[in-house]
Amino acid sequence: MSKFSQEQKEYQEFVKRIRPKPPYLQNMVMAFLVGGLICAIGQGILNFYVFLGLERTKEAAGATSATLVFLGAFLTGLGVYDEIGKRAGAGSIVPITGFANSIVAPAMEFKSEGYVFGVAAKMFVVAGPVLVYGITSSVIIGFIYYLLKL
Amino acid sequence: MALKKLGNQTVKFQNPPSIIATASIVGPVEGQGPLKDYFDLILSDFNFQEKTWEKAEKRMLKEAAEMAIKKSGVPGNQIEYFVAGDLLNQIISASFAARELGIPFLGIYGACSTMAEGLGLGAMLVDGGYADYLVVGTSSHFCSAERQYRFPLELGNQRPPTAQRTVTGAGAAVISSKNQNPRITYMTTGKVIDMGEVNPNDMGTAMAPAAVDTIVKHLEDSNRSPEDYDLIITGDLASVGKDIVERLLKEKGIDISDRYTDCGLLIYSPQQDVHAGGSGCACAAVVTLGYLFKEMQKGRYNRILVVATGALLSTTSVQQGETIPCIAHAVALENL
Repeated sequence: MSKFSQEQKEYQEFVKRIRPKPPYLQNMVMAFLVGGLICAIGQGILNFYVFLGLERTKEAAGATSATLVFLGAFLTGLGVYDEIGKRAGAGSIVPITGFANSIVAPAMEFKSEGYVFGVAAKMFVVAGPVLVYGITSSVIIGFIYYLLKL
Repeated sequence: MALKKLGNQTVKFQNPPSIIATASIVGPVEGQGPLKDYFDLILSDFNFQEKTWEKAEKRMLKEAAEMAIKKSGVPGNQIEYFVAGDLLNQIISASFAARELGIPFLGIYGACSTMAEGLGLGAMLVDGGYADYLVVGTSSHFCSAERQYRFPLELGNQRPPTAQRTVTGAGAAVISSKNQNPRITYMTTGKVIDMGEVNPNDMGTAMAPAAVDTIVKHLEDSNRSPEDYDLIITGDLASVGKDIVERLLKEKGIDISDRYTDCGLLIYSPQQDVHAGGSGCACAAVVTLGYLFKEMQKGRYNRILVVATGALLSTTSVQQGETIPCIAHAVALENL
């Protein structure tokens, strides 16, 4: 049983036909290009760290993530990242720079409510769910992996 | 016996109260829009020399009220009520402005329909003989609304073409029993209409049926036709909602398309990056009190029906899966 009345259903059908659609193709192309560019920059940074003599999988990879997080946070602080995100969509949300943006943006915005109830409490308002379910699922997977290895 | 009542939802004022002065303040983006010359003050930034956006919004509303009172020439101590509301939780912009204005305060909430609700209630107070001078006002602020209803400003998310931009601004009007044009002649109070829309990024679609309902009721109750008005203008349906209103009314055999527009479409130019158009309490307020009021004084328009629309949702109701209840109030402004 639907929670909507016949009148409501008819209206929803009607607006579905005329509602303007987002430019999906353009959005996908932009996401592909910008997301790819961010990853390519990441690869360049990784290669640079390896060139400096860091060990590839542990040291250089960690340093690369840290550098990208810094860049994402820095561009957020400069007010540039939301301009990129407006055009690139998922292309700039999915990479680790987007994760940095999702933490720094609320931290900046809620500074007006103070450092405890503002910055600290609201910092994870966007990224929090990702952390909670990301960490939870990684623990579960790790546990399954452990049992299978026994 | 309610002598001034017509039909179920409309009031016809016996001695139509006049709007003797208005003031409008807008933010920097609205100040680049096509109506920029009609506003009294354009802010150069979002902060208005205040520390927070909420404080900036309160200051806009307070200064708009003061400016309207000053323009009216009525001594401040003769203003009997300050009728105001806004979008922020517990209508803090209005009540904090009232704290500084020191005028007896009636707080109202109709989301973005607050301007029409205020004008209508203010006119009722004056025509009822409960006041000779009062000021009504409302405000909204892009940044304070975004953080309350949506996401932090610097978050790099993408918005759909149906999204609207909350107008930064405040409008205030002094309503009086003086014999002067333009006047408030009718008010049609809207019912809460919910067509089951759930998308907070598409307010125009959610609110359009409320506007349609109120326009139909107004025409029925007042026994008027769209041709009786020079202009019918909705508050903040923007391009998506305006299109729906025209189509739904046509289905009912009412064609308003040759004299219909929306405040959310007028306030920005298509080149500005605002998606479907403007929204927020200030959208209907600054367009009505800045632009339309001045055009009525010049005589370009003599009869306007302002139908301000509001979405009565909260972030909690959206997260709990509630659909969006909407409302529209209509006030007729006329040069008699």
